[in-house]
Amino acid sequence: MLSYALQRVGLALVILFVVMLAMYGMVFLVPGDPASVALGPRATPALKALLTERMGLDQPVLVQIWRFFSHTLQGDLGVDVWSKRPVLDQITEAFPHTLILGLVALGWALALGIALGVISVVYQGRWVDRVLGVVSVGFISVPSFVVAIYLLLIFAVWLHWLPAIGAGKPGDVTSQIKALILPSLAVGIGWVGYLARMVRASMLEIMGANHVRTARAFGLPERRVVLRYALRLAIVPTISVIAMGLGSILSSAVFVETVFSRPGLGTLITGAVFKRNYPVVMGTVLVTTAFYLLVITAADLLIAKLDPRVRDALAE
Amino acid sequence: MPWPNSPRALKVLLADPMGAMGLVLVSLFVVMAVAAPILAPYDPLALNVRAKLQGISFAHWLGTDQLGRDTLSRLIFGARTALSISLTATGLAGAIGLLLGLIAGYGPRWLDAGLVLMLDSVNALPMMMLALAIITVIGPGTFTLILVVVLVSIPSYARLIRAQTLSLRRAEFILAERAIGASTFRILLRHLLPNVLGPLVIVLSMDIPVVIMLEAGLSYLNLGVKPPTPSWGNVLYDGYTSIRTSPTLVIAAGAPLVLATLGFTFLGEGLRDALDPRLASTRPR
Repeated sequence: MLSYALQRVGLALVILFVVMLAMYGMVFLVPGDPASVALGPRATPALKALLTERMGLDQPVLVQIWRFFSHTLQGDLGVDVWSKRPVLDQITEAFPHTLILGLVALGWALALGIALGVISVVYQGRWVDRVLGVVSVGFISVPSFVVAIYLLLIFAVWLHWLPAIGAGKPGDVTSQIKALILPSLAVGIGWVGYLARMVRASMLEIMGANHVRTARAFGLPERRVVLRYALRLAIVPTISVIAMGLGSILSSAVFVETVFSRPGLGTLITGAVFKRNYPVVMGTVLVTTAFYLLVITAADLLIAKLDPRVRDALAE
Repeated sequence: MPWPNSPRALKVLLADPMGAMGLVLVSLFVVMAVAAPILAPYDPLALNVRAKLQGISFAHWLGTDQLGRDTLSRLIFGARTALSISLTATGLAGAIGLLLGLIAGYGPRWLDAGLVLMLDSVNALPMMMLALAIITVIGPGTFTLILVVVLVSIPSYARLIRAQTLSLRRAEFILAERAIGASTFRILLRHLLPNVLGPLVIVLSMDIPVVIMLEAGLSYLNLGVKPPTPSWGNVLYDGYTSIRTSPTLVIAAGAPLVLATLGFTFLGEGLRDALDPRLASTRPR
């Protein structure tokens, strides 16, 4: 187990290193002076000089890379070339908004998705199961930003039930919750479909397993067999799907935050892309990638700990 | 064989109501894209400021936008944009993924290890984040859009082909070919390629809706296809900006996106069940 953990963490670190190198090197791949490439045609000479100095573009390449790595690993992601504010400050301001959006979206999606999956298994092969199957695929394939815009139109513009933009007033929890409802519905809807299908598939596999047959043979009530014995094991594979899907949650957050003009990493990075503010883009990409790698690695380790079958396979 | 008995597969596909519906929706979409100049009642770029932001009428079935352009015509031509970009991008990504996967699966181990590390690194970047970084550096546009799609989708295709190649390279018929002295090139082209192509085509077809979504999404953010070229994302953005005054535009713009992604997903699911039931269906995007 320990050697597996070390191996997983080591791989994550190597990947992070490659990603950092690639993100840093990207501005050099395009022909032209890197500072102009990073800032676009609107940049003033003063801005270019600032970025050249900040990125150490006047130094030899190896010195530049060394400086970039040592700065980044100390948490210095550079400064926003337009507002002169440290990139890390902007990311730490935006991050909680996106995190709460993702968690709430995932939370309701998990509750509904697992429930629908269990219902499908209980009514397997009957019309309820078929309808839920089609609904799940529908939920998975509908683009989150279209859902966001339609929700905005119905509940904010027509019915005036919920706010159309922003994240609520600071300090006013009710208004913050109200502002969270529509965005989290839009981000979570695809996940309801995924989780319902995942839970259905892995439960069907487990329902035929020996320990479930034994539980039935002992005359345990069906409810208990389904919920205690089948669902518990069926949850394990969903952990890794959720971790892997964090990237897609971030992608939908980018769109959904833009639709609802909600502060967060999505609005931060899209705003930076429009202004060709490469330090902010690079910083956001690095932080989200590091976070993503952390979650995937943690999920792998958690699964190895939870699932005796995976644990045994590793021990061999 | 990768394509077992196509007429039978078509029968299985049509017997499944979801697959049949997918086939109908996708056919409609393709007809719309191919016959856009014949079907569209107006020029999608023709301005008519006197008829701006109109609702549904006989003259304009789906109303008009801020510049008085006919929404229906713009959406019909938008299908053309969506189809050409998604086919080009998935085709390119599939071809490159195929090549890299064959090299990784059949080549020397050090090359395999290096390639897998590269693929894993690209995969570790959240898709949208990588896309936005590339757009920042080379600027938005159709070319960038295709490049982005190709880059973000290569890893999954290459990994699929690599896994298939690895399991096939020790198969008896490959060993026999090697024993009689067939060249590596011949083994790759004549024996491995036909066997790994089937699953790739299914996965590619299932990724088309994802690409349509990404094209529309980035165009909606004004980071994809440049206006005035009609794209569903551009029309959706125009609708979003006038959502309070004339909701017709935004409702109309979202509909083809929903129908096309649903159609492709249903068709992909149906195709997979008809051709290769072993491929798992729960892949997060």
